[in-house]
Amino acid sequence: MGAVEYGIQNRKVDDIGLIQGAARLTPERIQKTIQKVLAGETGAKLKAYSEICVRCGLCAEACHFYMSHDGDPSYSPVGKVKQTMWVMLDKKGKVSPEFIYQAAQVAYTECNLCKRCVQYCPFGIDTAYIMLVVRRICHLLGVIPQYIQDTAHSHASTMNQMWVKDDEWIDALQWQEDEARDEIPNLRIPLEKEGAEIMYSVIGPEPKFRTQLIMQAAVLMNEAGMDWTMPATTGWDNSDMAMYTGDNEIMARLKRDHFECAQRLKVKRIVMGECGHAFRSIYDMGNRALAWRMHPVPVVHALEFYWELLRDGKLKVAKPFEKTVTLHDPCNVIRGRGLHEKAREVVRAFCPNFIEMIPNREHNYCCSAGGGVINCGPPFKNVRVQGNRVKAEQLKATGAEVCISPCHNCHGGLEDIIHGYKLGMELKFLIDIIYECMEKPNAAE
Amino acid sequence: MQDKSAWNWEPGKRVVLDTAKCKEGFEWLEELQASPDGEKCAAVVNLGELEFSVCVNGENWGNTYSRIWYPRFGPDGRLSALCSDGMEWTVAVDDEPWEEGHGYLFNTKFSRDGSVIAVALQDDMKYGMAKDGEAWENLFDNANNFALSPTGNATAAAVQVEPLDQADINKFQGGIFSVAVDGRAWDERFVNVWTPVFDPAGERVAAQVRKTLYDYTIAVDGKIWPGNYTCVWEPAFRPGGGIVAPVRSGGKWGLAEDDNLIWDAKYFQCWHQAFSADGKVAAAIVSPKYGKFTVAVDKAEWGLYFPVVVDLVLSACGSRAAALGKDEDEMWTIMVDGAAWPGRYARAWTPVFSPDARRVAAKVETNGKYTVLLDGRPFGQDFDQVWDPVFSPEGDKVLIRAVDNGQYCRIVALTSEF
Ligand code: SF4
Ligand code: SF4
Repeated sequence: MGAVEYGIQNRKVDDIGLIQGAARLTPERIQKTIQKVLAGETGAKLKAYSEICVRCGLCAEACHFYMSHDGDPSYSPVGKVKQTMWVMLDKKGKVSPEFIYQAAQVAYTECNLCKRCVQYCPFGIDTAYIMLVVRRICHLLGVIPQYIQDTAHSHASTMNQMWVKDDEWIDALQWQEDEARDEIPNLRIPLEKEGAEIMYSVIGPEPKFRTQLIMQAAVLMNEAGMDWTMPATTGWDNSDMAMYTGDNEIMARLKRDHFECAQRLKVKRIVMGECGHAFRSIYDMGNRALAWRMHPVPVVHALEFYWELLRDGKLKVAKPFEKTVTLHDPCNVIRGRGLHEKAREVVRAFCPNFIEMIPNREHNYCCSAGGGVINCGPPFKNVRVQGNRVKAEQLKATGAEVCISPCHNCHGGLEDIIHGYKLGMELKFLIDIIYECMEKPNAAE
Repeated sequence: MQDKSAWNWEPGKRVVLDTAKCKEGFEWLEELQASPDGEKCAAVVNLGELEFSVCVNGENWGNTYSRIWYPRFGPDGRLSALCSDGMEWTVAVDDEPWEEGHGYLFNTKFSRDGSVIAVALQDDMKYGMAKDGEAWENLFDNANNFALSPTGNATAAAVQVEPLDQADINKFQGGIFSVAVDGRAWDERFVNVWTPVFDPAGERVAAQVRKTLYDYTIAVDGKIWPGNYTCVWEPAFRPGGGIVAPVRSGGKWGLAEDDNLIWDAKYFQCWHQAFSADGKVAAAIVSPKYGKFTVAVDKAEWGLYFPVVVDLVLSACGSRAAALGKDEDEMWTIMVDGAAWPGRYARAWTPVFSPDARRVAAKVETNGKYTVLLDGRPFGQDFDQVWDPVFSPEGDKVLIRAVDNGQYCRIVALTSEF
């Protein structure tokens, strides 16, 4: 028996975006594009990474894909770089359209850009960054999975992720205001309140599929006595799949719209809902693409905001949430922002029966939906579910009835994992529990 | 626009409305809006379940609606609001609803003098605009980036001219967007269209377009600039000149006029270009060093750098410019002609020039209270709420519209009171 040949070539997935994109390529265009990106858009970092990596494989066990595929080295972080960037560098961009197809599949669908592996590499090599450079090249070559490309099109055309039209957004807010008034008769979602302290921003799916989150946030804002507003224009959506397709120009355009919306409303800060990747876009990547070193309007993630309200006595627990719960730490706000202890303080305040999953905090495993992988759509659903068996095992070991996942992408990913591995667990956002258990002084009798 | 010389410029303070009293008859009173001349104060009020009105100086509109939002005074002092009876939406102007109802109305826009009011509209999931009650004849699968010309003679929007099936990335990349002016779309199609803007006469329209996923340029009345850029920002018509837009080339930003670089592409950022009324002076917010922003006037950078610079304004004659800078401590500074005023504020609002450009005023916030600065000096009192200051035609007085202890008041202040 010959040696097993591992690699992306054995698991190609059919996707219109990848198939048609690769079919349009010529070797000349590929080479020119790769060389342009390597010379003009990457600096010493990428070069240093490729030179200092000693191929030790210590990063391998950091990656849920590797762990879930019985140690298949082609799923390890270094294995992904080996199948993509190193070849591009070695061959100075002289690679085939077929190679680009496979590189795109690896970079877009087999890496969540979760940065867990950075912590395990003795040299701190950031594989997520390398995969983003691969995605940037694939974007410029037009080889992108169909569904995430469509999402980027939506962002560019409507400034939101879900093709939500301008009026649908406002209508959703007014509808949620009416819904909330059943419970809190004088509740308002103040639209376009210039000079409010806070602009509350959400991600595209909220007005489309998860409207109850808007209602719950409105109840929280009202009951905590916040001076807040939501815009009736674009700029309301903080999400950003263009950041993940490699369309940095649209990423920048989205973040400009978002921040200038807050600047127009003259708010002091933006509070955002429970989303991880949007935080990365606002706090790290999109803002910086516009030459703002930090965010031009301070951004507070929901987890930190809840914590602040509890600390200040503006949010109070009316009754404990009795079920056993565990907490999934989303990469972008835990590894990316260090909110793990604050998240726990809020969870413990409401949930007396809290069980840690192991590993946790900055060592938590990714949900396998992040980094835009879930946005690559149905063709790649199995890739992320099968690629995260370790997550299922990790969740199961807690024995908890409820998993709290304070991130939209994680939510989508964990839903599929809970279902796919028949874990029988309930999944909640933290605001679901807060809403259920908080004091509501203005509620109707 | 109202003739400001006809306003009451008698120095002194007058209480126009006691909002505390006003609140008594209502379930709740929403955000206060002040008229440009300060004589009126209005808010949406709730009269009971699904019953709203607009209260102006303590008097309710005769009509009530199940929802009212976005009440705004236009530059001519008329008060408009978006109103619904539960089925359809209309625009009510000084309590007079437009005759025709629509599926949804939003994004109210005023012409420069306020005589024309336009809104974005949706009817049966088709999109367009309406101006003074008259809707576009053609509506589109989607429309956004709405614009009304300064004179009010025309409206425009970015429009989707063909339907798009779910996730049809090929059709999208073939170009399904255009610009529609008064409901008539240009023949040309683009991958994306953003921010159509009118020339001062309302006869020409320029917009940002993306021709492919990677090539950006400016389109003017449907014709594109031949140059390709890796990105562009919104164009502006230079009075008496060409069309000026920030463009990105070689990884850096500059300004192009009619497709020729007039400011070299050497900035990490360059946006919000502004011109004097005669078009001779051009200014923009620029970032010459990564993370550091300033203002450049005719390419000359101010020597003041902040992590964030916003709200650039030029005096009409172009001899002066002002902008706001925010520092690392999230405190705001007002910059005028490249020099910073001494104070730092929790918030600052867009500076306002006197008609002769000799003076500058701005609203600021300190410790949750608001006041108005004149040439850097605060008015002798602070307030719970303040609107942007307005200069008298001679520039010797400042109208302060403010809420003090629940009382909405109108103050005409002499410049010596700052
Ligand atoms: S999925 Fe996460 S751990 Fe795996 S390679 Fe990508 S960034 Fe590293
Ligand atoms: S741990 Fe670091 S040095 Fe070792 S193989 Fe992985 S990336 Fe390379």
